Amino acid sequence: MPDATGLELIAQRVREGVSPEAVTGTAFYRGEATLEVAPSAVHDVLAYLRDADEEPWPLLMSLHGCDYLPEEPRLGVHYQLLSMERTDRLNVKTRIGVEDPILRSVVDLYPTADFQEREVYDMFGVLFDGHPDHRRILMPEDYEGFPQRRDFPMGGEPVLFTFNEDEYPRWYD
Amino acid sequence: MTDPTRVPYRERERSVTMERLGEEPVSGTAAVTEGDVQDELFTINIGPHHPATHGVLRLLTTLEGEIVRDVKPIIGYVHTGIEKSCEDQQYWKAITFVERMDYLAYYYNAMAFCMAVERLLEEEVPPRAQYLRVLHLELNRIASHLFWIATAALDIGAVTMLWWGCRDRDLVLDLFEMSSGQRIHTRYFQVGGVMEDIPPGFEAKTREFVKVMPRRLDQYLSLLDRNEIWLNRTKGTGVVPVERLLELGVTGPLLRAAGHPWDLRKGTPYSAYDQFDFKVPVGTVGDNYDRFRVRIEEMRESLRIIEQALEGLPEGPHITPNRKVALPPRHELATSMEALIHHFKLVTEGFRVPPGETYAAVESPRGELGCFVLADGSAKPARVHMRDPSFVNLQSLPDMAKGGLIADFIACVAMLDPILGGVDR
Amino acid sequence: MDVTRTKVSDLRVRQLKAQQLLRGELEGKDLEQEVEKRLIFTRFEEAQNWARKNALFPLGFGLACCAIEMITVIGSPRNDLSRFGAEVIRFSPRQADLLIISGRVATKMAPIIRRLYDQMLEPKWVISMGACASTAGMFNNYAIVAGCDKFLPVDVYVPGCPPRPEALIYSIMKLQDKIMGHPDMGWRERYKAQGTEESA
Repeated sequence: MPDATGLELIAQRVREGVSPEAVTGTAFYRGEATLEVAPSAVHDVLAYLRDADEEPWPLLMSLHGCDYLPEEPRLGVHYQLLSMERTDRLNVKTRIGVEDPILRSVVDLYPTADFQEREVYDMFGVLFDGHPDHRRILMPEDYEGFPQRRDFPMGGEPVLFTFNEDEYPRWYD
Repeated sequence: MTDPTRVPYRERERSVTMERLGEEPVSGTAAVTEGDVQDELFTINIGPHHPATHGVLRLLTTLEGEIVRDVKPIIGYVHTGIEKSCEDQQYWKAITFVERMDYLAYYYNAMAFCMAVERLLEEEVPPRAQYLRVLHLELNRIASHLFWIATAALDIGAVTMLWWGCRDRDLVLDLFEMSSGQRIHTRYFQVGGVMEDIPPGFEAKTREFVKVMPRRLDQYLSLLDRNEIWLNRTKGTGVVPVERLLELGVTGPLLRAAGHPWDLRKGTPYSAYDQFDFKVPVGTVGDNYDRFRVRIEEMRESLRIIEQALEGLPEGPHITPNRKVALPPRHELATSMEALIHHFKLVTEGFRVPPGETYAAVESPRGELGCFVLADGSAKPARVHMRDPSFVNLQSLPDMAKGGLIADFIACVAMLDPILGGVDR
Repeated sequence: MDVTRTKVSDLRVRQLKAQQLLRGELEGKDLEQEVEKRLIFTRFEEAQNWARKNALFPLGFGLACCAIEMITVIGSPRNDLSRFGAEVIRFSPRQADLLIISGRVATKMAPIIRRLYDQMLEPKWVISMGACASTAGMFNNYAIVAGCDKFLPVDVYVPGCPPRPEALIYSIMKLQDKIMGHPDMGWRERYKAQGTEESA
């Protein structure tokens, strides 16, 4: 893992290499480095980190979505980068609101993002501009709603016990 | 003139060409004359119920004659919403849920989740627990690979392997049953250590298994490795270059078979893996045969690790003494009020995890299994995400299968070893 | 009941007797004796059911974790399912008569299972294996159908997460009882509550 200083250096290089507004913050927590970037700059930052940086991050290990419900902007997308040469990981994170959740797809940089971006769209409704096959992946294609957002109900059926079977009349039908 | 039985079966197939289609688009509406019958593409649907898909995977396959031109995996048929269910469970209950994701490598799911939560809690795991974890992880790797070889060989036509693989997998499951009481989905790993110490007799039985297993692996090799059908069907099929595999995020035996020695146990050692002496088997070509051999050799290395773990098993507690995280031992409940209160708090409310997010990765039998946990300070995780290797590795299936025969395509699916519970979660 | 072994030398005699019986050459007491010894009279349905219960063809269909235990039942030498006449796995629903729903049923998968069930020829039976298939178990959420009995009739439910191989074998034995027309009444038998079954 890059340490806190290394993370700041990376952030500085990204600011110089991409644009000063690209990096919105850094976080170093429990030995893990997180680079927070603006949603509009995700593709550029990842392109820079993959190719142009002096410490390149050639691999995308995981791309996942996340819902920080009480906070705003609500949705987050994490890009877990890996460098096998330095056995090092960097987490790039971006936050977007639910009203206009559009990011630029990184499939052209990392083809592994194909399924994972589809999953993030399926579960959180984040749209990925430029994705080659932008459809639902896990849920049925005619499904409505984005089930893993935190304000989506858990679903399922009430579990009946003797104490609450009166609340569900005619459950035995 | 050469003996026709010595010619590989691919070359005997003269009615189809092995080259990729040209640039000109093939029109399906054009009248098919006898000459261009092989230019006709047709799409067949394999799955979700098909014996060769190892579960409920659906593959839309475009064929030209017997040559696979395109594969589109369609998944989601066992999507269980485990990640959502975890958000409604306390941390120690969520272990039960994550174990059901990759149902052949359940210890790994629990390990990744526990590692992530321990990192958030900054909880130290005692050395004995680390060794017990390594021991069970490697036993699980053997069980998973055994099931893989049983079903993969069955797909290619070696039916005997199903019986042999299941026979030896039962030996491992007996060990699991001994230490935790369940055959699969043991929920043996806890946050902070393991559930219980190993029972007396476990060590002797494991040693017996370690002694018997290398001979069994030799048996498998004597059945498969000199079998002409097996060699013909695995050698040279499904080759994907390393660079492409890395682009696709493929890890685990598939990547190692292509010659890239990336193994998280060596690269970023977690648990107690830095104290063990083992090798990382690496292939050369990256075809299905290499994938098969890499997994067989991985089982041998796992046996070595198990042996070392039994030798060097340190004394001490099997779970962290921190009562805020781990349940007190049963006998203390009758004598100590404090233990009773801790027990009550843990069972009813669970422990709280300070807010933060982390990503912990372990090397599962199929590659990097990462667990992302977002904690919001309550006793329930705000988000649990598993980066499952089967899910990511499945993207390399089209690359493996394109341009090959459909029979090799089945071999590719078998050697890819996707676990659909892990793919869909 | 004491076991009597017939001597080998009797074999030829018995064969000749059977031959005579079939030709209609026996008469009187001889015939009566031979018929009593040789023939079983039963209803056709019983004989049919006897044949059916000992030749179950399960559909090779796995869904999730329970499928692993199902394959262990079929493939492991330890739990040899052929002892119960149900080891011939058919991968085509047209040839199978036993559907084992082994694992959680996602909403996306439910119509496909129903179609598989419809494709199977009568008579057909269904075993719901494991907690998820029976009631959705612990995954009571948006993605899972809470119990496969919502869309197809189930004959035997097997509890467990996942059930042990022995549990599945036991369920197949229960199903064989049911095929013979003696379904296991479970708790109803214990509490003398016959007649309280819900009718569909």
